[in-house]
Amino acid sequence: MASVPFEYGLIIAAVLFTLGLIGVIVRRNLLFVLLCVEIMLNAAGLAFVVAGARWAQADGQVMFIFLLAMAAAEVAVGLALLLLHFGRGKTLDADAMRARGG
Amino acid sequence: MNSLSWIWCIPALPFAGFLALAIGGGRFAKGISAVIGAGSVGLAFVAAAVASALFASSPPASGAYTLVLWQWISAGGFNPSIAFTVDALSVVMMLVVTGVGFLIHFYSTRFMADEEGYSRFFAYMNLFVGSMLLLVMASNLLLLYLGWEGVGLCSFLLIGFWYKDPENGRSARKAFIVTRVGDVSLAIALFLIATNLGTLDFAGIAKQATAQWPVGSTIAIAVAALLLGGAVGKSAQLPLQTWLPDAMAGPSPVSALIHAATMVTAGVYLIARTNVLFSLAPAVQLAVAIIGIAGVLVAGLSATVQRNIKRVLAYSTMSQLGYMFLALGIGAWSGAIFHLVTHAFFKSLLFLGAGVVILAMNHEHDIFKMGGLAKKSPFTFWMFLIAAFAIAAVPPTTAGFSSKDLILAYAWQSGGAGRIFWALGIAGVFITSVYIFRLVFIVFGGSPRTADAGMPPAAAARMPPAAAAHDGHDGGTGQAEGKNRMQAGAIMGIPLALLAVLCLVGGFLGLPHDLGGTPYLLTFLHGALPAETMPEPSARLELILQIISEAASLLGIPVAWLIARRARKALPERRAAPIRFLQNGWGFDWLYDTLFVRPFVWIARVNVRDVVDRLFDGIGALLLLFSRAFRWTQSGKVRWYAAGIAGGAVLIVVAVVLL
Repeated sequence: MASVPFEYGLIIAAVLFTLGLIGVIVRRNLLFVLLCVEIMLNAAGLAFVVAGARWAQADGQVMFIFLLAMAAAEVAVGLALLLLHFGRGKTLDADAMRARGG
Repeated sequence: MNSLSWIWCIPALPFAGFLALAIGGGRFAKGISAVIGAGSVGLAFVAAAVASALFASSPPASGAYTLVLWQWISAGGFNPSIAFTVDALSVVMMLVVTGVGFLIHFYSTRFMADEEGYSRFFAYMNLFVGSMLLLVMASNLLLLYLGWEGVGLCSFLLIGFWYKDPENGRSARKAFIVTRVGDVSLAIALFLIATNLGTLDFAGIAKQATAQWPVGSTIAIAVAALLLGGAVGKSAQLPLQTWLPDAMAGPSPVSALIHAATMVTAGVYLIARTNVLFSLAPAVQLAVAIIGIAGVLVAGLSATVQRNIKRVLAYSTMSQLGYMFLALGIGAWSGAIFHLVTHAFFKSLLFLGAGVVILAMNHEHDIFKMGGLAKKSPFTFWMFLIAAFAIAAVPPTTAGFSSKDLILAYAWQSGGAGRIFWALGIAGVFITSVYIFRLVFIVFGGSPRTADAGMPPAAAARMPPAAAAHDGHDGGTGQAEGKNRMQAGAIMGIPLALLAVLCLVGGFLGLPHDLGGTPYLLTFLHGALPAETMPEPSARLELILQIISEAASLLGIPVAWLIARRARKALPERRAAPIRFLQNGWGFDWLYDTLFVRPFVWIARVNVRDVVDRLFDGIGALLLLFSRAFRWTQSGKVRWYAAGIAGGAVLIVVAVVLL
């Protein structure tokens, strides 16, 4: 089975990470910001898996499972904050948080 | 010997009195303040007397009983404890401090009656007595130092007691700062002893120092010289004597207690207590004697030309302390303490008598405005006269006679420079007699010089000047009031009378051999202090020396009378240069002012915007600049923060890859 060269995997991970980061910076909607953070986390997870495959070690996949658990926790907290934010100002604009005194 | 295990309460009583008065503030009635203030010292005297009796009846084998209360500090090998020692020396000091202290407190209850801050006065006085007891009972140098600083603080507080006059505050600061020079010297001596001998206990110091330091070694000389520095500062000896005349700004009982009877003798006590170290440094011990005899003459001559009644007595105190230093310097340790005791009697009597005079004169201190007081207040006159006889060492008062002649006889016998010391000491006796009888003749003799001598100013103002000059003719109401104020009254009179009795009989503690020889005090003190090394003078020699000293003293009386008569005839507006020189205390104030105070003030003025402060201001300004520069980054915009984190991460990655 011809394996995909691991550089390709890393490049995809880097591209995903960059897209996610750009999203975090440019999107004002907090829901999308959270989505973009998820994309960045998955980019990191992809890099782990690729690296695990490269050295034929299970550690990379173990790390990905950790990442999933962490991402779930992060989303739970993040969505709760988002709901709270929305409940106060009826908006999801990240810049509007500033008016609350940071 | 557990019968003395309660001696901690001797210093604790005045401290308790201080606490009660300090916490009570001005809320107590005057009567209650007086009872607490004088009563606590009185109880301390009773306790000290009982302790002394117990000590004398069954002295411990080692000659000293030490009560360790608790460990103060324990760091490495350095373990000073809070511990009191009762030995012959501290017993004598305890009795003097509490006994004379109580008489002066008792006197003050009336003397200060019309003053503001009545309870504040007694609080300070009690704190002083407590600190002084700590000083003389301490069994190690560190605890002594605590008491030493305590009495210095009280001296400062009481000199500036009438704080509303800025001049009094200045005098208080001067006393505090000048004695501080000596205190620093004492502190360095403590450090040297602690690091070199590993102990500050007096017993330990004596044992270790003789074992480790050879006679005349550098370290012994350094330590002894530094201790001397401390003693000189506290006891107002040359060259740190300038604070004492100014210290007279305080109330008269303060001058009597602190600046005559007790605190200023702390230096004498310190040297006697550490006599082992001084014996190891003969050069320094000689310096003690030279400082002493120089002080006798310098201060004595200044006393002969003063116009302020209390300044006469202040210079006289310095001069008498000089005799004590002379005795210490020639190794007559017990003689110095003997003179300390008798001096406490007659000098406090002089000050308390002067206090009565000053009250009677509406707080007038200028002796040339007094006169004729012998007729108006005969009781005070007689008391003052007894004290004057005592200080001039004239029989029938025995106090000064026994102790001063003892010191002079030892000086004669000590060999070396001893004969010179003796001759100068005799000159000092003559000077003493001159200044004290000049004071007596001017203040008590003749007729009143000014109108307000003996009457309130209002009454004096109403009288025409001619009538005022001839006192005793008109019996106006003012005159009647004046008559009342001239009397000491019972409360002020009893301490005067008791002190006068002590002046009369004090010398029986140590009469010279040719007059019966009752060296009770000296023998007692030999339990704590080394015996004199010089041979005892023979009775015949003793008699000759006494006759010479008496002649010098008696010669002073007619001389003083001549001086007083001249002064009474015409008071020169401007006095001759040498007189002014003496009056200003040999220009020491001017010298120190030029050498230290003015340059210091000049530097302070030039450097008003502190140079060193610029550095710290600069650091502050730099931080402020950074704060301004980066303030905008904290915008509250989450996306900007995210961008910042990303940018920073990129920068770090780039740096890691490239470098």
